Amino acid sequence: MSSYNGMELMICLASRYLEDDGTVVVGTGAPCAAAMLAQKTRAPKLMIMFEAGGVGPQLPSMPVSVGDSRTYYKGLVSTSMPEIMETCQRGMVDYTFLGGAQIDMYGNINSTHIGDYETPKVRFPGSGGANDLASLCWRTMMITPQDKNRFTNDINFITSPGYLTGKGAREEAGLPPGCGPYKIITNLAIMGFDEETCRMQVESIHPGVTRDQIIENTGFELLWADEVLESAPPSDLELEILRNEVDPRRYIIGRG
Amino acid sequence: MANQNVDYHVTGDQNVTYKKAGKRRLFTNPDADEAREFFHTKSRRMVDKTTTVKEAVAKYIKDGEYFAAGGFGSNRIPAAVLHEMVRQKKKNLGFSGHTSTHDMQILIAGNCLDRCDAAYIVGLEARGLSKVSRKGFESGQIESTEWSNATLAWRYKAAAMGLSFLPARSTLGTDTIEYSAAIEMPCPYTGKKYAAVPALYPDVAAIHVHRSDIFGNCQIQGIAISDLDLARAAKNLIITTEKIIHNEEIRQAPHSTVIPYYLVDAVIEVPYGAYPSNMAYEYFTDEDHLMEWLKAEKDEEEFKKFLDKNIYNCKDHWDYLEANGGLERLNQLRTQELLTDRR
Repeated sequence: MSSYNGMELMICLASRYLEDDGTVVVGTGAPCAAAMLAQKTRAPKLMIMFEAGGVGPQLPSMPVSVGDSRTYYKGLVSTSMPEIMETCQRGMVDYTFLGGAQIDMYGNINSTHIGDYETPKVRFPGSGGANDLASLCWRTMMITPQDKNRFTNDINFITSPGYLTGKGAREEAGLPPGCGPYKIITNLAIMGFDEETCRMQVESIHPGVTRDQIIENTGFELLWADEVLESAPPSDLELEILRNEVDPRRYIIGRG
Repeated sequence: MANQNVDYHVTGDQNVTYKKAGKRRLFTNPDADEAREFFHTKSRRMVDKTTTVKEAVAKYIKDGEYFAAGGFGSNRIPAAVLHEMVRQKKKNLGFSGHTSTHDMQILIAGNCLDRCDAAYIVGLEARGLSKVSRKGFESGQIESTEWSNATLAWRYKAAAMGLSFLPARSTLGTDTIEYSAAIEMPCPYTGKKYAAVPALYPDVAAIHVHRSDIFGNCQIQGIAISDLDLARAAKNLIITTEKIIHNEEIRQAPHSTVIPYYLVDAVIEVPYGAYPSNMAYEYFTDEDHLMEWLKAEKDEEEFKKFLDKNIYNCKDHWDYLEANGGLERLNQLRTQELLTDRR
């Protein structure tokens, strides 16, 4: 078995959740790498979409922007942002991946600011398409390093909805029923959400990682699945394709 | 399947009356009749609208007005217009921060903005955050109202449709709506909750296209992002185009016309007019230049020199291109875009 770094592990694990004939809206970076890897391994018929209008590209390399011309290179459609977002709103997009500065135990994400709104300590980009994708795609995933500052219930601003305040809260707020956060894939573990409480729950621990490490790197109390699995490490084939075809210049996997 | 015997006119709870509003300021008037009055007077004459960037910016972009840029931040942005706005020291503009990255970075460097509808701001996607853009917001100098990319796109769409709002199903339940100017409303049919997003009719927009005739009939290749709605929503519209083509070419392929002339007020031929952003099938993003820009922002003196070199000491877009490697660099970017270095 080859050795691998945390980023490679996260990308390989994330790619396994994407399936043939599914649709996924991705951004740049690790999510795009995961989608490309899925397309080149177990899900050649995965339909990749980008929020600015690219549909079904045969990605020649990693896009730098979700609106650059790589996002529809040899694609099926080059359309518009409203078209992609309306496809999400119509319920035809299965998966999406989001990022953010903070995430709480219900999977709510902050990518807007730290501090107060008027004169924030740090201003981040804001929602971009994230709120729409988190509201409208069936299953939202996140690929992120795990630490106490990032995994916190002391979340500054809910930019994009997870389960909000718990079971039923999304529906109560008016969001389409039946969707929400699905998997959070970190350098330590894979977490899902408990059906009853909608709280984050550890489902699988990566090889060599301990429960204590996960607890130490989480700012809130985690739930644990009845049967916590050990994450299956990247296969030689996954690593080979990831390194040679998906990200040969190590733009993403070079970040460790 | 629809049931042929059911009257779907009223299926939901008709007693729902909630009305919860986002608490931030709405910068533009969403009223459809006010917009109609403006569009009533907008010229339909198919006349030669070619002009210069300098004249178009002076004539159509007034201090204090609300401006929107086409494209996607680092893709197909109207860079020549943005630089000219900075050179002409435009002030106190409202701005639509719809997928804005490098476009916003240029305008904030020129201190042109004082309010912003913020869907995506201050960042350059995977490249990092702009220090200067961040400072604009962190200092409180630029007032903001939150949106998401879809809700801001749909605000253009509502305006393009000649309406005052559209219902949307995103942003509900979050701080994004709390800090927006959207209003929650029940669907009159089903009683379900929607976010009503107000139409956005910008005073003026600038869009860069692949081809236009002298009248402003435009063709775009690749993704349209939100430009088709923006072109229709904006009261005044400046078009820069890679090249001007004959009207005969437009008439040979009317299915390719995405912006009709009657939306357009000014047409300027600006080859490489989206540089340093990506122009589909023409040239790729100048990533080195964007990284150089981000780096220069870190030191005030350095950045002043950088802006002198790239904006203030340039009389036009040709000078800017020349200052960054000219035709040789552009040819490299064409190779990158077309992947002609690959077999």
